[in-house]
Amino acid sequence: MRVDRPAKAAEAPMSPAQGSLYANRVKVYPARVHGRFRRFKWAFLVFALAVYYLLPWLRWHRPGDAPDQFLLIDLAGRRFYLGPLEVWPQEIYLVTFLLIFSAIALFLVTSLFGRVWCGFACPQTVWTDLYMWVERRIEGDRNARMKLDQGPRNGAYWTKKVTKHAIWLVIAAATGGSFVLYVQDAPTAVRAIFTGQAGAWTYTFVGILTFTTYALAGWAREQVCTYMCPWPRFQAAMLDTQSLVVSYRAWRGEPRGKHKQGESWDGRGDCIDCRQCVNVCPTGIDIRDGQQLECIGCGLCIDACDAIMDKVGRPRGLIALDTLADMQACERAIAGVPPGPRRVEIAAAAHTPLKLIRPRTLIYAAVLGLVGLLMLGTLAMRETTELSVLRDRAPLFVTLADGSVRNSYTLKIVEKRHHDRTLTLHLDGLPGATLAGLGVDEARDRTIPLSVRPGSVATHRVHVFAPAGAPLPASTPVTFRLVEPDGREAARHASVFLAPGR
Amino acid sequence: MPTKIEKDAVTGKETTGHEWDGIKELNTPLPKWWLYILYATIAWSAVWAVLYPSFPGLSGHWRGTTGWTQRSAIVQQMQAVEAERAPMLERIRAAALDEIRRDPDLLQYAMAGGRVAFADNCAACHGAGGEGRPGGFPNLADDSWIWGGTLEDIHVTIRHGIRNTQDPEARMSLMPAYGQILSRQEIDDVAEHVLSLTGRSTDAASAARGATIYTEQCVACHGERGEGVRAQGGPALNDAIWLYGGAKREIAAQIANPRMGVMPPWQGRLDEATIRMLTVYVHTLGGGE
Repeated sequence: MRVDRPAKAAEAPMSPAQGSLYANRVKVYPARVHGRFRRFKWAFLVFALAVYYLLPWLRWHRPGDAPDQFLLIDLAGRRFYLGPLEVWPQEIYLVTFLLIFSAIALFLVTSLFGRVWCGFACPQTVWTDLYMWVERRIEGDRNARMKLDQGPRNGAYWTKKVTKHAIWLVIAAATGGSFVLYVQDAPTAVRAIFTGQAGAWTYTFVGILTFTTYALAGWAREQVCTYMCPWPRFQAAMLDTQSLVVSYRAWRGEPRGKHKQGESWDGRGDCIDCRQCVNVCPTGIDIRDGQQLECIGCGLCIDACDAIMDKVGRPRGLIALDTLADMQACERAIAGVPPGPRRVEIAAAAHTPLKLIRPRTLIYAAVLGLVGLLMLGTLAMRETTELSVLRDRAPLFVTLADGSVRNSYTLKIVEKRHHDRTLTLHLDGLPGATLAGLGVDEARDRTIPLSVRPGSVATHRVHVFAPAGAPLPASTPVTFRLVEPDGREAARHASVFLAPGR
Repeated sequence: MPTKIEKDAVTGKETTGHEWDGIKELNTPLPKWWLYILYATIAWSAVWAVLYPSFPGLSGHWRGTTGWTQRSAIVQQMQAVEAERAPMLERIRAAALDEIRRDPDLLQYAMAGGRVAFADNCAACHGAGGEGRPGGFPNLADDSWIWGGTLEDIHVTIRHGIRNTQDPEARMSLMPAYGQILSRQEIDDVAEHVLSLTGRSTDAASAARGATIYTEQCVACHGERGEGVRAQGGPALNDAIWLYGGAKREIAAQIANPRMGVMPPWQGRLDEATIRMLTVYVHTLGGGE
């Protein structure tokens, strides 16, 4: 995978415009690596996959008919359950808040630490890592895999390939299977899936997610990041000279060259050109060419290089998470100093401290805090009973035989609480007005009772009568109020009462 | 834009030859698998063109091996919908009108079906919400009924219509044209009396003269105090609802040369289940008795 990178002209592996318009894929064989970043990557992988596969199995007792799954996107019932939280479709703006919150959080983290999302947390990275682990267990490390692919297509070859793809498919199916558990009761759904009782949509989605997991993590891998994903294209906008990015310290490494044990380090750089950083890279790039689109910032090249530096007896950090500002400071400090260990000593004093607090991060943090507060505030203040009133428009009003005027309204009462009760509907703003429900044998009265059922949206049609005789303006503002049995107001909604007028 | 392909100094790759505000783009090749996906979609479309109606010919077109057409699909969909509706419509056909009104399931179904049937068949004369139209199209949402506002009354009216020639059982009433029977002054007096039924008379003497004529000519259909006689289809004259206007001039015009509306019978045009749903729907518009 070598496109678009600012390599030196002489090193460019191919010059595509002179040849085919289409590039063959250069298969990447990442080598095994040990180190800090690898350990963190493993830890996060286990954590992320555990959350993904196990979260649907977490139970949470809810009263009544509500489902007892901790996290459930109840498509059929049009509810989103998260622990004690129950979100209704009309509160979908909370999802908007959540998306904005996530986006700003991503911006903030990127401006601080570079592409940590890409390198550690992105599902594409996590599943690709898992798939590569399976691949390594079966086919061996980098060299063994390359030899296998170039070697004869014998029994051993096919046994390894078939085993690998079978395990990949099992993981993919588990991934697809887990996905559908988020939208239905997990124990029931799993039983239904295995007994063939689940619906066509369930199998379709399991199939789609199985296919995408297998294809993207098994086959496409780094191609997803370089060709499909929009994030690498604009994440550079969040970076500045103070952002930590995976950097090759050229001022220390160059001029690179092979090094024999016991040879002096004077007059040369610390890079021994072992290409370990290239070999372990999951996207197959050479970090020594500088920042590039394909780099997902996973830091595995840092682990590889640190191991080599330990071996040859040079200090770690030839490749490191570093800021552009620090790189430039070091370059200025060593200007004029000939290559060699002296440079490292001089630069050690010249390192600039990490500046986490700067206008960019402050603004991101402030917006993040604001959106978070808004989200919490909305959650805390959301109504448990909501009333909305829709006036009938055909007819606008009806004159009755005795000369009184009637308007009709459709009331929707959203009741999110979980107990039955009867609310009283009052009307303010129209003297002498009477109300009547539309049920069978309903009487006209100053107020009418409306029963609400827990967790429901009830629709009531209500007639409002203005007495004859009193001259009414063409439009009178009125307010419907729902009053709790204990006299507290549960909800209110403003509307108008129309009359012939004169 | 002139296309000048040149070699990029840094990478040694060729550019696309286009330049935007001094920025040139490297001619980076597309991955091969991307190309293969394009070929796959072309192959897919070829298969699709064989399976489904596609190429035009001199007489007609290729019909596809599956025989699928949009028309047959819609027919199938309609049949599926009808099959789905059948059990509920059967229950509505069998139920008494009052049962429909009291059974929440039936009522909900009848309201939805009635609303659609009303918009299709009735709204042209009676308005989208049953509010009627000026010129003799009665308001169905008020509480004043010429032929009765019970479920049974409404059912009969919808089935047979009013004053039509198609249905022998149509509701029938005729008001004589008093312009040829009474003098102008007498008609004026009767109109004044009708005004007095709602307390709007301004000439007591004229109203008293009109009362005598009213007793002789009008009581049979409009009732002694103008309360209307539904069996005759005689509208009430003592309320606030006027089909052809309640001003004295309009009342006098209606006495002299009455206008009378016609409603077609819906039995035969609509099936019984639809008529029953319409009946319940009209009953709930606001004036049902």
